[in-house]
Amino acid sequence: MNKAKQQARAAALFAAALALAGARAHAATPAPAEPLKATVSHWWTSGGESAAIRQFADAFNRAGGQWIDQAVAGAEQSRASTINRIVGGNAPVAAQFNTSRQFRDIVDQGLLNNLDDVAAKNNWDRVLPQVILDVIRIDGHYYAAPVDIHMPAWFFYSKKAFAQARIKDEPRNWDEFIATLDKLKAAGLIPLAFGGQVWQEKIVFDAVFALVGGPELFLKVYRDRDVNAVRSPAFRNVLVSFRKLKAYTDPGAPGRNWNDATALVVSNRAGLQIMGDWAKGEFLAAGQVAGRDFGCFPGFGPKAPYIVAGDAFVFPKTAKPNIVKAQKLLATVMTSPGPQAAFSARKGSIPIRPDVDMSQLDMCARQGLAIMQDTSRQLPNAEMLVDPDLNGALQDVLTNFWNRNQTPEQAQQAFAQAMKDNAW
Amino acid sequence: MVTGRRAACWSAYAALLPMALSVVGVYIGTLLWTARVSVSSARIFPTGDFVGLGQYERLFRNARWLLSLENLAIYGALFILACLVVGFLLAVFIDQKVMGEGALRTVFLYPYAMSFVATGLVWQWILNPELGIQRVVRRLGFEDFTFDWIVDQDKALYTIVLATVWQASGLVMALLLSGLRGIDEELWKAARIDGIPVWRVYLSIVLPMLWPSLSTAFMLLAVMVVKLFDAVVAMTQGGPGTATEVPAKFIMDYLFGRANIGLASAASLVLLATVLAVVAPLYYARTKAMQRGLT
Repeated sequence: MNKAKQQARAAALFAAALALAGARAHAATPAPAEPLKATVSHWWTSGGESAAIRQFADAFNRAGGQWIDQAVAGAEQSRASTINRIVGGNAPVAAQFNTSRQFRDIVDQGLLNNLDDVAAKNNWDRVLPQVILDVIRIDGHYYAAPVDIHMPAWFFYSKKAFAQARIKDEPRNWDEFIATLDKLKAAGLIPLAFGGQVWQEKIVFDAVFALVGGPELFLKVYRDRDVNAVRSPAFRNVLVSFRKLKAYTDPGAPGRNWNDATALVVSNRAGLQIMGDWAKGEFLAAGQVAGRDFGCFPGFGPKAPYIVAGDAFVFPKTAKPNIVKAQKLLATVMTSPGPQAAFSARKGSIPIRPDVDMSQLDMCARQGLAIMQDTSRQLPNAEMLVDPDLNGALQDVLTNFWNRNQTPEQAQQAFAQAMKDNAW
Repeated sequence: MVTGRRAACWSAYAALLPMALSVVGVYIGTLLWTARVSVSSARIFPTGDFVGLGQYERLFRNARWLLSLENLAIYGALFILACLVVGFLLAVFIDQKVMGEGALRTVFLYPYAMSFVATGLVWQWILNPELGIQRVVRRLGFEDFTFDWIVDQDKALYTIVLATVWQASGLVMALLLSGLRGIDEELWKAARIDGIPVWRVYLSIVLPMLWPSLSTAFMLLAVMVVKLFDAVVAMTQGGPGTATEVPAKFIMDYLFGRANIGLASAASLVLLATVLAVVAPLYYARTKAMQRGLT
């Protein structure tokens, strides 16, 4: 054996040991500014959406965090992956859900960290709308950081199409609305751009429900599961009104994507679409401006209920102090006024709080934010009130009513049955 | 001699062990787990409680589930029959020593190589009355031409048969073509000398000889029927209404979107039982027939 070689190896080993010890010593001293790493799981993948979430990521990084983006295309897929990762013990630091009962089970199983001190420090009770508080505050604890408000039942119309059909004013009640559709039809246009997918049918139904049935009946059915309300003539009237709209859709509607329906309005081939405020993205992408090329109104008249939905982030349970710190920082950043305004301007939603810089928001969003001041107009989205499987079962009932030749009575019966069957 | 054979036997078992373990662990294990979940009230997460057959009761009260099973039966019968007929005709056609056989084979088999998630969207456009065939033909001057099956409650299911037959009949063709090529040339010569018409030879002699290829094709098609999901999602999303709902989509919907794995598990087991009830006798018959063929 070559002695020199052996010595060299010993020296190398010694040096390595020293280096290791040094490293350990270095780690033992308080790290000066180790960024708080946070893996964030969400489903915002389209152009506008990723630009929006980037606002949160940048703000979080500026505040001393390190955002690790984990986008999963498709809301259902994203939620499924989050739940699998929680069960598998490899939960993301934060994960997106809708502001709804989707995450209720995870809370009940005790798998989320609460945000009580963030909420107390930032005065959530005073700043956030009551409908949202009702969803994120469970047994007195706060379990989600809401990031935006989407109103799923805006009416978008093409100004050109309205001019072509000689319609001067926005309809102020249901009858005027039907008259508007009739005029559009007479002008040879598709009156109502409609996407025949179950969730879109449900959005239109809920819009009709809130406007024709009124918020009281809406809450009685969805919140109180009042079977008598479902069997009432008022609810029958809602169903009849909803089905009446079918005559104003075109034969290509079944299976159509929402953005293809929006494109019909953008290209002035259709007059109107009832859709969430995310549809604005399609108008903007086509270079149109709210108020000039297209109009928007959230229901009829100055007292129309404003349906509140949106997105929120939840924070899976962990005891690791750095992760808990990162979660609290995330929740604080995402709900603070600056990032809120920047996010909503790109997302097409409205901020969860009124005290933000409105200059970046478009006409429709400003209108929405103004309406939100009037708490009496706020109406929770059906998904905030019923569990996902009941919501799905009701979608099945409504899509059958819309597409088959069912009587309203049959639909009432099926609606009530679905409520009973999904009670546990 | 005897010990040598036994040693060989053991090494064979040892080689099979990983497969056996994965069958027990992955298939049987998850099957049992699914069975356990199906008798609990599990929603997003599996829970340990016991609710008896409650989920099954709920399942069979669910109109959409019953409709899904009905759709699957109709779809399955039409799809398998059409694929076998079209595939057989294509195979016979190519077997005539046509020009460019390699190219044609590729063309016919190509749809099977493509994901239906991609081609389904194109089918959706082709069949859409406002975009596809109907519009084109009307523009050609036939104002009254109507082809709107995909938006029709009663006919939408047939559009899915149409599109999936397009996709899968190439596979049947490939299987049957290899069977046809295995048939002795002498047989054809003999038939020609006897003056038997060609169609008669195909029907009475060739087709029975193709039985192993046909049963393989049938099995593969049956599996495709049971797991029918992507075609429906890509073309109709189960619509219009619930007209084209199928069990696999029902299960996926309840598993993820509707966060009810208890009900989804019950549905999976019912589907498995249905498949076993249909396929097991066929499989048995096939094995018997093959044993007869060997002896």
